[in-house]
Amino acid sequence: MPQLLLELFSEEIPARMQGQAAKDLERMARDHLAAAGFLPEALKTFAGPRRLTLVAEGLPLAQADRKEELKGPRVGAPQQAMDGFLRKAGLTQDQLVEQNGVWMAFVEKKGRPTAEIVAEMVEAIVRGFAWPKSMTWGTGKLRWVRPLKRILCVLDREVVPFSIDGIESGDVTEGHRFMGDAKPFVAKDFDEYSAGLEAHYVVLDVEERKERILEGCKTLCFARHLELVEDQGLLEEVAGLAEWPTPVLGDMDPSFLDLPPEVIRTSMRTHQKYFAVRKPGEAGLAPHFITVANIEAKDGGKVIAAGNAKVLSSRLADARFFWDEDVKTGFEPWLAKLDGVTFHAKLGTMKQRVDRIVALAGEIAPLVGADVEKAREAARLAKADLTSQMVGEFPELQGIMGGYYARHFGLDGEVAAAVQDHYKPQGPSDAVPTAPVSVAVALADKLDTLTAFFAINEKPTGSKDPYALRRAALGVIRSILLSGARVPLGLVLGVAWAQARIDAANIEKKIAQSLIGKSISAAENVRQSVEAVSSAFNDSGVGEGGEYFRDKLNSAVEELLSFFADRLKVTLKDQGKRHDLVDAVFALGDDDLVRIVARVEALDGFLKTDDGKNLLAGYKRASNILKAEEKKGPLPEGQAEEPAADSAAEVGLYQALRLLDRPLKDALAKEDFTGAMAQLAELRGPVDAYLDGVFVNDPEHRDNRLKTLAAVRTAMGQVADFGLVAG
Amino acid sequence: MPAAPKSFQSLILTLHNYWSEKGCVILQPHDVEVGAGTLHPATVLRALGPKPWNAAYVQPSRRPGDGRYGENPNRLQHYYQYQVILKPNPANMQDLYLGSLEAIGLDLRTHDIRFVEDDWENPTVGAWGLGWEVWCDGMEVSQYTYFQQVGGLDVNPVAGELTYGLERLAMYVFGVDNVYDLPFNDPDSPLGALTYGDVFLANERQQSEANFHGYDVSVLKQQFEQMEEQVPLMLARSYKNETLVLPAYDMVLKASHLFNLMNARGAIAVAERASYIGRIRDLCKMCAQKWVELQEAA
Repeated sequence: MPQLLLELFSEEIPARMQGQAAKDLERMARDHLAAAGFLPEALKTFAGPRRLTLVAEGLPLAQADRKEELKGPRVGAPQQAMDGFLRKAGLTQDQLVEQNGVWMAFVEKKGRPTAEIVAEMVEAIVRGFAWPKSMTWGTGKLRWVRPLKRILCVLDREVVPFSIDGIESGDVTEGHRFMGDAKPFVAKDFDEYSAGLEAHYVVLDVEERKERILEGCKTLCFARHLELVEDQGLLEEVAGLAEWPTPVLGDMDPSFLDLPPEVIRTSMRTHQKYFAVRKPGEAGLAPHFITVANIEAKDGGKVIAAGNAKVLSSRLADARFFWDEDVKTGFEPWLAKLDGVTFHAKLGTMKQRVDRIVALAGEIAPLVGADVEKAREAARLAKADLTSQMVGEFPELQGIMGGYYARHFGLDGEVAAAVQDHYKPQGPSDAVPTAPVSVAVALADKLDTLTAFFAINEKPTGSKDPYALRRAALGVIRSILLSGARVPLGLVLGVAWAQARIDAANIEKKIAQSLIGKSISAAENVRQSVEAVSSAFNDSGVGEGGEYFRDKLNSAVEELLSFFADRLKVTLKDQGKRHDLVDAVFALGDDDLVRIVARVEALDGFLKTDDGKNLLAGYKRASNILKAEEKKGPLPEGQAEEPAADSAAEVGLYQALRLLDRPLKDALAKEDFTGAMAQLAELRGPVDAYLDGVFVNDPEHRDNRLKTLAAVRTAMGQVADFGLVAG
Repeated sequence: MPAAPKSFQSLILTLHNYWSEKGCVILQPHDVEVGAGTLHPATVLRALGPKPWNAAYVQPSRRPGDGRYGENPNRLQHYYQYQVILKPNPANMQDLYLGSLEAIGLDLRTHDIRFVEDDWENPTVGAWGLGWEVWCDGMEVSQYTYFQQVGGLDVNPVAGELTYGLERLAMYVFGVDNVYDLPFNDPDSPLGALTYGDVFLANERQQSEANFHGYDVSVLKQQFEQMEEQVPLMLARSYKNETLVLPAYDMVLKASHLFNLMNARGAIAVAERASYIGRIRDLCKMCAQKWVELQEAA
């Protein structure tokens, strides 16, 4: 069966886009072929630095002929309908047959040649390809990731003729730019193509390129008694950067090994895409590197190794310069500079932010068992490295460098660790700090970020979260839950929000005042300034504005807590917890994350038991009755009276509720939520019996019976709002 | 093939000859401080509009923050970029570029040449394009870009831009580890051999100190604001129905350099940087707009 071979040959495709491009090409081709009625026996795509390739096996040379049935108008329908049908179908009336009172046409559709369909498919793929970024070039209008140079398209060894924006299809491609004869060659099928590529020093398959790189690296390491520091992400990237990947080992000046390994690795990986190596069994780095060249050089790679070593030296010399300058400078001058660094135009300087974090860290420290003075000191120093030279060059080393410098200057170990770790966790897979001082500063940092942006109304919406506030909230949640710290979140959020809001308001005030000073001609401007000034004064809590400020604070805290509730739901959902349980617990108005999670877990366990499920059903029945009765008028208030002794079900529930009261309160006070649930389980039998055996709306006993049901709801409501539990 | 260059200045002459033969006009540097060769009006402005344009020139580039007092073998606050602009970009532009590397003596069967994704953008002039950094043995020797937008306007036809970091390239070609040791002229020159350091070391020392400590931030800020105010005023003027785009653009360049100086002083915070860049971009957009209007009217 015929084979289709397609190659889209372009200038260098970014490494990071190649994998997805191969997948997209496969998907688009399959869809197009399927739409034309083709199911290739095999279809495979490849992506490399300069080409996307597709090979499909087992295509027919033409579509099968098809019979189509077209249903026309009813017999006797107006002539207009008949004319319309004929025009649309491209038929004449003598081609129609009468069948069951309807005009039918049986049309033989000749299958189209596959080459025609392929030509259309390639054009649709090229024009519709979803590159993350694409461009035009020259005077053309076509878009591709980089200029598209050639299209090789052969079906059954014949060129499929077409032309896209001036690019003619053909059976010619190119191999390596420099190795071999570096001349274009003809390929009429996949065997010729892959043989041609190999002869022209191109490895087509990315998996083979990766193997070649790993093998090459390991051989080099073995010869030098070294061990490769494996790096999957880097391997993927370099495999997309070379058609004929050839690892070359180079030497690094060992005197650079006194730089922090993070600095060396960042420099090697980010800037140069080198693999690091180490001595087998040792933790630090060895003074060598491996670069992956795109050529087997005439001299065996000596020039390449020496050139790359030189580049690395200059990169590391730069890093050394930064280190030396930085340790000459130190924390206090950096801190002074923070005053001139704007954090955000509406929130003031980095210095103001640091002041807020210091205050917060001081508040949080006792809650997480940290020394208050150490926490405040670590918070004060935490952002200093932002103005250091090293972090200016390698922003990803923020915090890490602060830690190194703190230790270099002999600062307290806990303080240094907190400076280093306070950005953590930076993502779901990043570790959460555990040392108390670090926890305090990490929480203060994130809570300030979060509340400050809320205070200037920069909240995440939909998929937009430019300040990564959701990540900050998740980090807070993970830190609190891991440390088990009992943090009254609402209060802490209140403090954090209030101080950020005051900073923001002061800035607004200044802007407003400067407006007044300017020559204002339009009345509108005057009005705006007056409003801005008064709202700024109000917000800062000055004078009469105090009450206004308190209202704003309360609603901000409410909003922030609900933001946290949503984040917590996501966290718990990831752990397999039902989000309705989170709602049921949050409805109690608690803001202690540790307690909330303990409650959710106990509730989750309880609802998996028979007692739990039945009690929930009972609760819902009771609650429905109460709701229905509530519609008729206010429910009776007060304690239920002891029922008559002859009503066993009533007496049973009354007693059960009375017996429950004390132990339930005790369990809750001890935060023994499993125990509390066990107490509630005692209600299951009596509630069931009550609901099955007692007629609540008996006019004589209605009030007392409603009070009893309300008592059930109240008792259970101390544990969670069961009304919000699904099921 | 002519002999490979042996000095910094003959490297430049070789590139001039090469690109001149390929049809470029050879220009001289623009006489306003710029941070990159791209900012020369021969690139930023000429990239816009329908007219074809091929040019090559050397442009001194000032990066105040990169000053190292002449102590770093690779980093300079004043260095040279070799700039080529081809509009529309020819189909064989990559080959032309590789040919230029061979012309200056790089054997492409010995060195490792790679095109590594680098989507170039210069937010201060509202310009971006797709292309690569070109690596030679791990060293970035050129920036290769297909301009898509300049001054916020679509570039059509597309202009291809090549930027060579001349010092780096020369160090590599001549096997010199320290930029200050580069042979500046022919070592056999009757006037005696001069190194790059003989020509530029004093400049690097003095300018580094000025960049990091010498300039008065409040003065820089004032000058920036003055330039900013002047641009629209200049654009409001014209001579024989031609808007004064070129002088206005020079002022944008001056503002941009003042911004770089303030930045080197650490006087501009991360968040503030965006707003400064936005202000310069707005000025540049005004000029680009007027320029295109002039081109289309002509």
